[in-house]
Formats: sequence, C-alpha cells, structure tokens
Amino acid sequence: MTEPTSSLTKNVQFFETGAHVTAASFLDDAPAFAMGDGAILLGEPGAANRVAAHPGGAILAAVSDGKMMVTGGDDGRVVATSRDGSAREIAHEKGRWIDALAMRAGAVAWAAGREVRARDSAGAVKAHVAPTTVRGLCFMPKGYRLALSHYNGVSLWFPNVAATPTLLEWKGSHLDVATSPDGRFVVTSMQENSLHGWRVSDSKNMRMSGYPKKSRSLSWSHDGSWLATSGADACIVWPFRDKDGPMGKAPREGGVRASKVSQVAFHPRTLVVAVGYEDGFILLCRLADAAEILVRQPQAGDGAITALAWDAIGARLAFGLDSGGAGLLTLPA
Amino acid sequence: MNDSNPLAAAPAASAQNKIPVTVLTGYLGAGKTTLLNRILSEPHGKRYAVIVNEFGEIGIDNELVVGADEEVFEMNNGCICCTVRGDLIRIIEGLMKRKGSFDAIIVETTGLADPAPVAQTFFVDQDVQSLARLDAVVTVADAKWLAARLRDAPEAKNQIAFADVIVLNKIDLVSPAELREVEARIRAINPYAKLHRAQRCDVAIADVLERKAFDLDRIMEIEPDFLEVDDHDHDHHDHSHDHHHHDHGHGHGLKHYHDEHMQSISVRLDGDVDPGKFMPWINELTQTQGPNILRCKGIVAFTEDPKRFVFQGVHMMLDGEPQREWKAGEKRESKVVFIGRDLKEDDIRKGFLACAA
Repeated sequence: MTEPTSSLTKNVQFFETGAHVTAASFLDDAPAFAMGDGAILLGEPGAANRVAAHPGGAILAAVSDGKMMVTGGDDGRVVATSRDGSAREIAHEKGRWIDALAMRAGAVAWAAGREVRARDSAGAVKAHVAPTTVRGLCFMPKGYRLALSHYNGVSLWFPNVAATPTLLEWKGSHLDVATSPDGRFVVTSMQENSLHGWRVSDSKNMRMSGYPKKSRSLSWSHDGSWLATSGADACIVWPFRDKDGPMGKAPREGGVRASKVSQVAFHPRTLVVAVGYEDGFILLCRLADAAEILVRQPQAGDGAITALAWDAIGARLAFGLDSGGAGLLTLPA
Repeated sequence: MNDSNPLAAAPAASAQNKIPVTVLTGYLGAGKTTLLNRILSEPHGKRYAVIVNEFGEIGIDNELVVGADEEVFEMNNGCICCTVRGDLIRIIEGLMKRKGSFDAIIVETTGLADPAPVAQTFFVDQDVQSLARLDAVVTVADAKWLAARLRDAPEAKNQIAFADVIVLNKIDLVSPAELREVEARIRAINPYAKLHRAQRCDVAIADVLERKAFDLDRIMEIEPDFLEVDDHDHDHHDHSHDHHHHDHGHGHGLKHYHDEHMQSISVRLDGDVDPGKFMPWINELTQTQGPNILRCKGIVAFTEDPKRFVFQGVHMMLDGEPQREWKAGEKRESKVVFIGRDLKEDDIRKGFLACAA
C-alpha cells in the first residue's frame, strides 16, 4: 500500500508517561490515561495531574462514562476517579485481580475471578458467580443487564432478578465481550483468533474468523451498524445493520499495513475509525472509501498502541502505548 | 554507539527480552513452597512475580504474588490433549502492564496438577509466546514418600516424567539405601532430568532457575543425567541399616527399575536422516501417540544439511528448527528421546530407524 497522502501529525502532542498505558478516555474535556504503575494521568499534556488511584499496583482495566473513570487493579481495588482528581475506592476484593469492568449511567460492574458484582447508581451491590473466570463484562443497552464472557460462552445477567442468567453457549474461551448499541447482538473475542457472535433474540451463532492474532479491541460505530476490530494487518469492520448481522457477508478492511492492528476506536459522530498498530503507528480510516489520514509515525523504542479513545464530540483522540508514551490528536476545527 | 564489528549481530532482541517462566511442581507436601521461599529469600537481586494456587498453607514472602485458579481449557483445534492454562494467559497479559517491575515469573502449581497444560500454554498462545518463555519445569519430590506416590498417584508420576530438574528433597529422612532406591525409581521414569538431592530444598538457585530447558538453542546433547557416586552414601552412618535385599550388582549399588507404565525411549541413528521421511513420521507419531507422549526431544542430521535440526515437544505440540552447524569432526549422529506412558517402544524404534537416508 501507499502511505496516506494527508497527515495530521502536526496536530499531535506526544509525551512520556513512564508506564504502560492501559486505557485512555476523556473526563469532560480532560484527557485521562490509566497506567500500569497504578496512576492516572489526568489533564492537558504538560499540566496533567498524577492521580495515585492504585498506589503500588497496576491498573489492569479502565472504563469511563465521560464523567468518571473507573479502574480495576492488581491490588484488588475498584477506584472511581473524577475530573477534579479525587479518587474514591468503591470496592476491594482482597488478594484478587480486577481485570474486567463495565460502566453505564452511574452503574459499575467488576469481576474478580468467577465472581461478578454489579453496583447500581444508588450503591446497591449484587453478586453472581459465573461457571469460570469472567474475562469480559459489558452492560446491555436496555435494562439493568450485564453480559459476562467466560469459558464456553456468555451469561446475560439481570443483577436485580433472582433468575438464572441466560447462557449464550459456544465452546471455547471467550475473552472480551461487546453488545451492539441496539442490543440485538453480543460479540466476543476468542482465544482461537476469532470473534463469536450471537443474535440475542434467538441465540443464533455467528463466527467471524480469519484473524492472524486475537482480536482484543472492538468498537461499534455511532449508528450501531458496524463493528471495527483489531487482530489483523488491517482494521476489519463487520456489517451489523441487517437482521442477520454479518452472516454471509464480507467485512470491510481499512489501513492495510505490515504491522498488526492493536486498537480501534470509531469516531463518535462519523463513520471514521481510528486505527492503532503494534508498532506505534496510528491512522484514521474512512469507512466509505477506505481513505486514510496519518496521525502518527512510529518512533524508535515504540511499543504497541494499547489505548485509543475519542472525546464525546470527536474533536480529540487520546492514545497510549505499552512502551510508556501517550498523546493527543486535536482535529483541525 | 557500539563500535564493534556491525557484522557481529547481537542476539535477537525478542528472545532476550522475554520474561523467563519457571514452573514449580511436586506432589502435596514435597516442599514446593519451601523451595519457592528459598529462591525468593536468596540475595540474587532479582525481582520475581510469583503465581500460586490459592490454597497454599505457607505464606509466600514476596512483593508480587498472584493467586491463580488453575483453569485448564481445551483448545478448539480438534486436539483433545491440547489443554492450556487460561488463567496463566490472563495473568501474564496482566503482568506485562507492569513490565520492568520484575525480572522473572515463577508458577507454583497445585500438588495434583499436570504440568502439561502449563507447558502447552507456551506453545499455543501467541501473546504469551511473544512476552515470555518457559524456562524449565522443576519438580520437587519427597525422598521418603515419592516411591509410594509413584505407585498410587498418577499425578506424581507425571510430574517426575515431565521434569527438567528434579529436587529430591528431605534426603535426611531416608537411609542411603532408601535414597538409592528412590533415585533409581526416578531414573526409570526420567533419566534426563537434572537430579539434585536436598534437605529443606537447599539447592543452588542456579540449579533451578535460568535453565533454558525449552530453548532449542540449548539442546546440545541429550544424555542421561549422570548419577553421581556420593561418597557419603555408604553405610557408615548409624541410622542406615539396609534391610532391603541386596540388588543385582550394578555399579554404585544402583538398582535398575522398570516402571510398568511410564518410560523413556531413546533411539540413536548413525548417519543422516531423510527429512522427507522424518517429518511425516514425527508428525504422525505425535498426532496419534500425543496423549501418551509427555515430552520429546531430538537432534537430527538431515541429508546434506550443514546444520543440526533440533526439536522438542509436549504431547502433540512440536517445535523444531535448524540449530548450529555440525562441527568439523563431529559425528553426524541423530538421536530422539521420548518420555511417556505405555509407549510402543518397538514401533518408535523401527519408525525412527526407517527414516535413515
């Protein structure tokens, strides 16, 4: 392929973080980077605060609702950090790791091994024990319901209902889980370099395979019609508009390079996806025509892009690397 | 800047940067945690991440200790013996977020664990493979009780068969004759592992860590570990009163045992091997006999190939590559070794010899 002709590299501020970047997000307008040294870097580059959310620990997972960042650590703690830098512990699972989290409308859920807890906005905590370790968590868009991925499938759990969760079954180890914005589909990434999907209405299975690596980053388009995925030498985007989802259809591909895609993030307002690679490269790719805009060229010593997140209006993109760097792209007005 | 000859290439950075992982196995009560604490308390200046099962009774004195659940999963690849430790994949992924804060990983398994899923995790999972490397399987065995466990606990036998290093612990609790007997029983199952006698697991750190037992580049020779003649072994201590029948006059008073179910087979072939015959043979053998083959290793001289071909495997997983060149004057000789359960020795022997060029 040829290099993208247009470039936004001049609009990128890059800075050292000193630790692996686990996740990025924006709290109101402030960029926030959750890191492997237990800290959250919060605020504009150069004027950021280091919030010691997990002193002595590592942040293994982080989610955000745009107001608050909730982090899970290898210290067993679940911590909520606000825009003003105040960090509040909302759970402590002693001796466990918190590496799966979900958040929506003030509700937070976390997993420690097989145990999942959901805390509603009023602070009431409900617990559920899954058949095996829960690797992924996400809230379903409708109702107070969670999808939990584990070995041999996904459980759909209503924390406020005593009934046994609905099991979406498929043999194998399911890692991350994501539900489509309309709640019709549940998709997991699997140990065997593939994605698995279910249509929730009838539990119909769908397999999306052919990845050379595990697909650990999944991002839905703002209209819910597309799912962008990592794990290949291009960003693979599956169509989910029709009632059968991607079944029998070919995915779109964008940003083909020699390096593998490690992170993807759909723009919150347009069908453009930010694509981060294992070598530290980032580009924006437009779904309609696969046109590309360069965001970042790899630098010596770069590791993989491990975090990518847009702000609420899609004016800024935050990214982080496993080699201890992070940056901000500000789109031209 | 480095001014040395640019042609003298540095070792591949990736292999150098991989975190070594040592697997500690051993039957209940053998002394795994004692060995672990011994390793951690030595003044080695290294920082270890320790992965333990949750039910340990002895505390572990280390900053970074992770509780594991030993979740063994089958892979969806149609291979029934291809199991991996799902929790280990998850934990190694998590540990890499604090890369730089530790130098090596030690995994302590439960006493009843089969080491194979741990080892296979390193063959199967790409992410684990790119971040970490399996260094060795170290098995702690109780000198007093191992012989009995080999009779009644298949897990104990698996752990001995699988080992790269065996720490024969609590030798102060047995007589020299009992010690010889238990060593002979170990050798009947696994003559290749390095065997270290110990009291309260007092082995040198270098004997258990940084062994590079799974490094193909380190497969130099495959010879049985020599049983040392230990002068202190003779019955001049008052506590030793050999009431066993005298054995059949092997050197050093060693008894030779044959384990009914677990054995090692080694086949040597003078001269070259035809890769066109060998590759299908080894693949077919590990595919069909994989569940019974715990470990295999080999050095092979392929026809007209100046380099030694080395391979190793765990059950159905095989890993092989050309290694260094055969040295001038070095005998081009091929050797394969299998350790496993109910192996068909004749078939394996004939099969390998039929691969001669």
